[in-house]
Amino acid sequence: MERAARATPAGVARKIKGLSDRAIAWIFIAPTVFLLLAVNIFPLIWTIQLSFTNYRANRPNAEVKWIGTRNYERILTDGDIWLTMQATAHFLFWTLLLQVLIGFALAWLINRKFKGNDLWTTIIVLPMMLSPAVVGNFWTFLYQPQIGLFNYAVAFFTGADVTSFSMIGDKALAPWAIIIVDTWMWTPFVMLICLAGLRSIPDSIYEAAECDRASKWRQFWTITVPMVLPFLMLAVLFRGIENFKMFDLVVQLTGGGPGNTTTLTSIDLKREAFEKWRTGYSSAYAIILFVTVFGLASIYVKALNKVKER
Amino acid sequence: MKKTQLLAAAAFAATLGLSAERAAADDLTLCWAAWDPANALIELSKDFEAKSGHNMSFEFVPWPNFADRMLNELNSGGQLCDLMIGDSQWIGLGAEAGHYVKLNDFFDANGISMGDFLPATVTGYAEWPKGTPNYWALPAYADVVGWTYRKDWFERPELQAEFQAKHGRALAAPTTLEELKQIGEFFQGREIDGKTVYGMSIYTERGSEGITMGVTNALYNYGFTYGTADEPYKLDGVVNSAESIAGLEFYKSLYDCCTPPGSSDWYMSENIDAYKSGQVAMQMNFAFIWPGVEADPNVGGGKSGYFANPAGPGGHFAQLGGQGISVVSYSDSQDAALEYIQWFAQPEIQQRWWDVGGASAMRAVVEAPGFASSQPFAQTFLDSMAIVKDFWAEPAYASLLLAMQDRVHKYVIAGEGSAQEALDGLVDDWTEVFEDEGKL
Repeated sequence: MERAARATPAGVARKIKGLSDRAIAWIFIAPTVFLLLAVNIFPLIWTIQLSFTNYRANRPNAEVKWIGTRNYERILTDGDIWLTMQATAHFLFWTLLLQVLIGFALAWLINRKFKGNDLWTTIIVLPMMLSPAVVGNFWTFLYQPQIGLFNYAVAFFTGADVTSFSMIGDKALAPWAIIIVDTWMWTPFVMLICLAGLRSIPDSIYEAAECDRASKWRQFWTITVPMVLPFLMLAVLFRGIENFKMFDLVVQLTGGGPGNTTTLTSIDLKREAFEKWRTGYSSAYAIILFVTVFGLASIYVKALNKVKER
Repeated sequence: MKKTQLLAAAAFAATLGLSAERAAADDLTLCWAAWDPANALIELSKDFEAKSGHNMSFEFVPWPNFADRMLNELNSGGQLCDLMIGDSQWIGLGAEAGHYVKLNDFFDANGISMGDFLPATVTGYAEWPKGTPNYWALPAYADVVGWTYRKDWFERPELQAEFQAKHGRALAAPTTLEELKQIGEFFQGREIDGKTVYGMSIYTERGSEGITMGVTNALYNYGFTYGTADEPYKLDGVVNSAESIAGLEFYKSLYDCCTPPGSSDWYMSENIDAYKSGQVAMQMNFAFIWPGVEADPNVGGGKSGYFANPAGPGGHFAQLGGQGISVVSYSDSQDAALEYIQWFAQPEIQQRWWDVGGASAMRAVVEAPGFASSQPFAQTFLDSMAIVKDFWAEPAYASLLLAMQDRVHKYVIAGEGSAQEALDGLVDDWTEVFEDEGKL
């Protein structure tokens, strides 16, 4: 205690004597500002500039031409890119819906006091602790029509022939195959956030509701849901941003196929940027995606703040 | 005292000499794909290390990521690799972007003649522009798509009789694509030794180059070409000709009729697994797997046979695989890398290369008496190497390949649209690429 209360050593005090508080504040935040500029702002500005050129990173000696908004026009009028946008929207919508519903339901169940509560919580959160590459690989085996457990389970419950369908080889089923795996892996994350929300509700509110003879159903809709909603919305924001840029899991599972059925925008962007090496074009693509995510996230955060203020 | 001083001087001189020798030794890194032949090359290269004093390191990347990883390395001017055994289609980019060292002067100075190698491999792995004597690599690993089949199943009397009754000919290695399909249909869903088996495993992979390396074996043999002799970039009416459309439809029919369920994203390793585990009667694959098939306890030792890609109505070709070895222009050890190529080009080293599981492209090796009978697959290898045809080797090959992967996979595997639409779309994509390249 005595040490902690000591004044700044005389030498140091002398060195910073004469600097204003503002200057000292700048000294402290300068490294962070510098890092932000170097790692975030500079690449962003450079990407914007590249998006108006025909630059290719694999042809450093080729002439770089300013082509105006041609890259943007090509992207926005490309039917295939709209298909990848649709595939991404489909993936986002269903993963978020399923993860919120199942995650909230699990949290609600886990929040009840019962024996083995902690053990079940640990078991449920296991999938999100695994590497997406590992998850992608072993679900590829699970989905294998001849040896995969998934087909056997479906066949057991429906009576269908085990090899009559292929989750990752069928155009109609592949989008659901990636939704199932992502939901399996990330529902525990939503559950944990919901659990935090549920545990933050004081018991006294439920006790007061009991005194007012409110039914359990009524308590659920007027106490539980509104008070957990900000947490739930936060979980949706996190998962939404994560799934918008989903790459590894889907590449491992389907490689974007069959055809382009599961080619999400991030996979398509990677192909354009680092396989076709259309750097200018892919910069424009990245800017369009950035504006989309940034715009949607801003609207969403405003809505989240409003919910919090209620 | 004098004796002591002499001894000290001798020791000092010896140390200096040793240092000088060490300074001359280089650390060379050879980059290639991670597969069986690469392991064989490690063994073979020990001889080079012993003779030259240079130290060899190896950077092997699995096939699905090989092009991505190595082209990134080259494009960024990286110094990881001194020697690159790059895919045949990279030669245009390697030459035009300055990634590879031109080897003509080196070959002339060291008596290395491209006439000593199989012509198809020289064109495929070393020349850019194609058909001109400008060499950027030494043919290193000769490879081609061919077929493996379960000879032990084909020889079963009851299957022979049934096939004879159905098709009026013996159940044997097919010589035409139609025969291939008939055999595939014959085995599809059949019970053999209490297990359901399927006709064949073919290339269907989406992510890298798989389905393109497969479908071309049907396209070429129906008459598909990449352009014409007079107009190498003429695409419309050539790439999407009636013959090409028929070829693409044929490949889809093979996928639909005769492949195992779930084989929608299969390439080399998946095909090997399906074959070795007894799932399929035939497999399409590059010839590099054949030594492994022979050595396999389940399917080796005479149980398997080999045949070249069967002919079609428009010709008889097979997709070229394989690679040439190049010196990376960003390397600080180019002299030592050239020494490696000089060593590798020796006939006795090429013979050992074949003996340890490599695939030499040197004529002295493959045209030697006894070569055709040296392995059960050697004759098929020779037959296949005589009919090779390769994909574009343009600097923009990656864009051309990705477009083809996309269009073909959509039609063959996902069943989207028609073959005509797929190839029309491919013409549009390739036209755009060549326009960007300034070649159209």
